[in-house]
Amino acid sequence: MSSNAVARSPALAGGTDNPVLALDRITKTFPGVKALDGVSLALYPGEVTALIGENGAGKSTVVKTLTGIYQPDGGDILVDGVATRFATPQDAARAGITAIHQETVLFDELSVAENIFLGHAPRGAFGLIDWQTIERRAAEILSGIGAEIDPRHKLRDLGIANKHLVAIARALSIDARVVIMDEPTAALSHKEIQELYELVDKLKAQGKAILFISHKFDEIFRIADRYTVFRDGQFISDGKIADVSEADLVKMMVGRDVAQIFPTRDNEMGREVLDVAGMSHPTEFADIGFTLKQGEILGFYGLVGAGRSEFMQALFGITKPSAGQVKIDGTAVEIRSPADAVANGIVYVPEDRGKQGAITALPIFQNVTLPSLGRTSRNGFLQLAEEFALAREYTRRLDLRAASLDTNVGNLSGGNQQKVVIAKWLATKPKVIILDEPTKGIDIGSKAAVHEFMAELAAEGLAVIMVSSEIPEILGMSDRVIVMREGRMAAELNREDLSPETLVRHAAGI
Amino acid sequence: MLQRLLTSREALLLGAIAVLLGLIALRFPGFVAPANLASVFNDTSPLILLAIGQMIVILTKCIDLSVAANLALTGMVVAMINVAAPGLPVVLIVVIAITLGTALGMVNGVLVWKLDIPPIVVTLGTMTIFRGIIFLISDGKWVNSHEMSAAFKAFPRAEILGLPMLSWCAILAVIVFTVVMSRTTLGRAAYAVGGNPHAATYTGINVGRTQFWAFTLSGALAGLTGYLWVSRYAVAYVDIAGGFELDVVAACVIGGISIAGGIGSVGGAVLGALFLGVIKNALPVVNISPFWQLAISGSAIIIAVALNARANREKGRIILKSAEHAT
Repeated sequence: MSSNAVARSPALAGGTDNPVLALDRITKTFPGVKALDGVSLALYPGEVTALIGENGAGKSTVVKTLTGIYQPDGGDILVDGVATRFATPQDAARAGITAIHQETVLFDELSVAENIFLGHAPRGAFGLIDWQTIERRAAEILSGIGAEIDPRHKLRDLGIANKHLVAIARALSIDARVVIMDEPTAALSHKEIQELYELVDKLKAQGKAILFISHKFDEIFRIADRYTVFRDGQFISDGKIADVSEADLVKMMVGRDVAQIFPTRDNEMGREVLDVAGMSHPTEFADIGFTLKQGEILGFYGLVGAGRSEFMQALFGITKPSAGQVKIDGTAVEIRSPADAVANGIVYVPEDRGKQGAITALPIFQNVTLPSLGRTSRNGFLQLAEEFALAREYTRRLDLRAASLDTNVGNLSGGNQQKVVIAKWLATKPKVIILDEPTKGIDIGSKAAVHEFMAELAAEGLAVIMVSSEIPEILGMSDRVIVMREGRMAAELNREDLSPETLVRHAAGI
Repeated sequence: MLQRLLTSREALLLGAIAVLLGLIALRFPGFVAPANLASVFNDTSPLILLAIGQMIVILTKCIDLSVAANLALTGMVVAMINVAAPGLPVVLIVVIAITLGTALGMVNGVLVWKLDIPPIVVTLGTMTIFRGIIFLISDGKWVNSHEMSAAFKAFPRAEILGLPMLSWCAILAVIVFTVVMSRTTLGRAAYAVGGNPHAATYTGINVGRTQFWAFTLSGALAGLTGYLWVSRYAVAYVDIAGGFELDVVAACVIGGISIAGGIGSVGGAVLGALFLGVIKNALPVVNISPFWQLAISGSAIIIAVALNARANREKGRIILKSAEHAT
């Protein structure tokens, strides 16, 4: 469905320009932190407003303010032009505001219908829950958004995309006038994203005001009518999306001109360090084989669910492959556990930042030395002086600023925590580093820093495997690319043969 | 550094114990006489031994409810061995107790590690099984004081430098496990596993194996305590130390060991145990009913947890660049 085929609902066709919901100079302060500094935002019926900003711009705080989770310290929330206070999330829901969060907040063990009506279930006689009405209305809402889901199924039996539809159905069940979508496409495949776009078009046609938060410019230009840009908790600009270019938005976001420039890489490649042959797994991937040289960056491209991360986990010893051989520096090695992998010079920085993260209750130096304890201990006894020396060396190299290496990592800022994680892996002196979606969900400024760093690692002779779903990143960073499709290698491409079209063609199997 | 030491959980708890002793001294000065304090410590030693083991288990995000049953089973076995072979040297009895306790701890550890059963379920099960085994091997009969050899009963009471062996065992365990937790890779792994199991896995630490060793150490300490308990009270029967596992967990919680794992210290566990020990010994002396004692212990647990929860509350995110340097 193309967007111009969607007409405004008749009631609104007159071109009302009054926002259904607006924030007027909202300020929100946390102890020692001003998260929002006089920001304004307006949402119009039947229109999609994209909220754009780098990580930490204050987008999540705005969502929480709009949905009554946070109360602003200053400024007004205007519903139909009337200043309103949302003391609780229920107040916001009553005003017709609903949010579909990044990680959908649903309940696996409840039925689809229960999930949709949890907290506002229709009541029958004696105030008891009216199950018939719930199931009937759930079915109505689901079919209204074109979802073929049985409302009596348990949520756990649904795939991620259908769970998303349930979340949307839940949002619609309260008769929402404003729908907030916080990075709704982050976990979806290409096809599912297209379906989401159609759904957004339907919601627009019903006259809902939509706040769409996304990092992806292509989708912003595909579905948004308006934009609002925040930077560092401050309002920067807003307007109609038709009046700006991608470059304009990026400039507003970062406050400077940033083309997505990748570092120039001209380092020599050394000898072959990794040789994988015939790696297979009963259910996840089959017959993966490649070689990797020192100083080389090997990109792994594919659609979500192509088996890239699953293969990396097997290579790192987390799961057990059914067949295959791994050689490091020409010698066959057995990798049965992550400890084996680390001992053989392979380290893996997984995709999930929350889980990969540092151990916040431990001090910096203990985090850095954790995978290197084999070297900094004798017969199981720790050598604290050696640990400090190692931690000092690598934190200095990453320019980590902290009062002391004794500081708990939990007391550091997010950026510094990330440096601790990187220092931890570099301190193992790895030969091969696997980076799984290294820049997923981070802003453009930080992305450039990660790319710069990746180039430095390669220049120092490290062999890098980069799993990425972002085509510009694959094109900009890789010396060679392996495209995976449905658990198999679909293509192995050299830098000269790379183009967005070839990547997509191989990944989709066209 | 000094300031950090003074504001640490352990220092706060030490202060609380000091205040408690001060209040008791107001009504009954004799309580704080060195000899009496030594006797309170001796009385608390079994709790200290078990709390240290429990602390390691809790650090790794597990819990060991079978410690008291392990203690009772080991105690019964060594008591029966003593009855059957009164000539067996006490050293050997101690070795047998530790070995048996270790083996029982390993059973918990293997079930948690290899079968991936939640620790609370595993140890609830083994707790019942251990008690059942005591009944089976003893026929439900008691092993009484007159059946035990003199040497068997004398060991925990034997004094070195004015302190009984029971106290020395606790002191030795405190020293050994302070070193284990702060200076060995196993200790470090325990903190890492409890603090963030996923990150620990990717770091090359085997989460299950670390938990296995935690249960094993807890079992070893329970085994040792089993012999000490039975010989000190000179009696062994099915229900000894019944419900004591809850005191052990309480000591850990009061001692600032996070029930969510990853945070805690040997010092905290010891102080938590001493806090309970002081209350238990002092209240009868100052004429407060034992029912109040339960209420006070319970309140102490809730206050300790509330204080820890406050201390561990997540800080707001730093979003504004200008705020980053202010912290």
